[in-house]
Amino acid sequence: MNTNLTVNGRPHALDLDTRVTLLDALRDQLKLTGSKKGCDHGQCGACTVLVNGQRINACLSLAVMHDGDEITTVEGLSSDGRSPLQAAFVRHDGMQCGYCTPGQLCSATAVLDEIARGWPSHVSADLEGPVELTREELAERMSGNICRCSCYPGISKAILSVAEDGTVHREAAE
Amino acid sequence: MKPFDYTRADDLQTAQRALHEGGTVIAGGTNLIDLMKLEVMTPGAVVDISRLDLNDIRDHDGGLYIGAMVTNSDLAADLRVRRDYPVLSRALLAGASGQLRNKATTGGNLLQRTRCPYFYDRDTSCNKRTPGSGCAAIGGELRNHAILGTSDDCVALHPSDMAVALRVLDAQVEIESLDGTRHLRPLDDFYRLPGTTPHIETSLEPGDIITAVVLPKPTGGQQSYRKIRDRASYAFALVSIASVINARDGKIENIALAFGGIGARPWRDTRVEDMMRGQTVDDQLIQKAGDLLLSDARLLEGLEFKADLVHRLLSSTLTEAVQ
Repeated sequence: MNTNLTVNGRPHALDLDTRVTLLDALRDQLKLTGSKKGCDHGQCGACTVLVNGQRINACLSLAVMHDGDEITTVEGLSSDGRSPLQAAFVRHDGMQCGYCTPGQLCSATAVLDEIARGWPSHVSADLEGPVELTREELAERMSGNICRCSCYPGISKAILSVAEDGTVHREAAE
Repeated sequence: MKPFDYTRADDLQTAQRALHEGGTVIAGGTNLIDLMKLEVMTPGAVVDISRLDLNDIRDHDGGLYIGAMVTNSDLAADLRVRRDYPVLSRALLAGASGQLRNKATTGGNLLQRTRCPYFYDRDTSCNKRTPGSGCAAIGGELRNHAILGTSDDCVALHPSDMAVALRVLDAQVEIESLDGTRHLRPLDDFYRLPGTTPHIETSLEPGDIITAVVLPKPTGGQQSYRKIRDRASYAFALVSIASVINARDGKIENIALAFGGIGARPWRDTRVEDMMRGQTVDDQLIQKAGDLLLSDARLLEGLEFKADLVHRLLSSTLTEAVQ
């Protein structure tokens, strides 16, 4: 089935079996192997990508349903692999094996946007008040991304550092 | 995954005709695709309704009209819901993960299937998956299972948090039939109890489609959603309570309670509410309410703990409401 996807700003016309998930289309057809297949059932978050700016599990979505959508994978977060979040993950040791990292990065990118839009979470004391990104808020909002190496302290520090000062100096990654 | 034909519906009628012919609708797909991968569900035709114009939330008769394709994220973040129906925001935010809530829809959440592990495991018998094959859960390992509304053929639990909040708010489901007529149906008429036909989960007829959920005028009162689960986030409820309570001087003036994690459908028992109305909240009343709620409960081995959790959650909910 003919499907048009714009991935990281580039248009692609694909002919897909209806069963192909968005994750498999990205990895197998477009060779964008940054997005990872962990559980393939929406439980681990390694496949997280942004679709029209919102984070989703690419493994639980059919590629043919995304005709015309704009998709951002980890490869598209920056041109040089050093977006503020990427640099902060390096600086704060936000990974060990790195398998979950692309999903963590895409998810965290969306979390910062959701906070900016004032979306509350399960642990927000006040549904209507401004959201402050505490460690507890972050743990709740990132609960759809699992790290089997358990690098959560580093992941938290990295995301919080970006949330706090908006940008992280590029040198930090070096 | 078994092969299937995919079509994108441009209007409701196309979707309804496909449904009438035995097709399956897909919206967010977060539950359906999972089940298709496991071949627990093997639809031959899948109709995509995710782009139908059913995704707005609008004021309606003093209440709210929530389109069936509104995502769980958008519904939880809606300022009117946060202000007037906080129990609904809270229930939504207590469910799933950020990624899933961005895809999951209001209609799809209502129609999600049970997470009973035997339903998911094709090597075991399940009357819901294969009618007449038996129930491996009864006599098996029980934890995420129901204690109310069950039958000898099925002890599956309805897993939704959202639907529990909708039940306490007296929400109604708007359904469009194949002939184009629309009507509202209360949740207790929407969900069927398993009885001897656990594979028939709702009262939807072939060709029926959920177009919206309608919330009545806000009633005020103190609203809360409390959920006990095996981990702090991203897990289904072992027991949950959605509550709307008006109390004065320690006395309950009005109360509505709905429960998750215990029922074959989102559970509400108005006998319990009637008994508590006008009463002063104390340990005795809380015990009596829990006992009445659970008077028909079937506590199979492995599920006894749910009775304790119900009592404790009732206690914290009622104690806080009168403080």
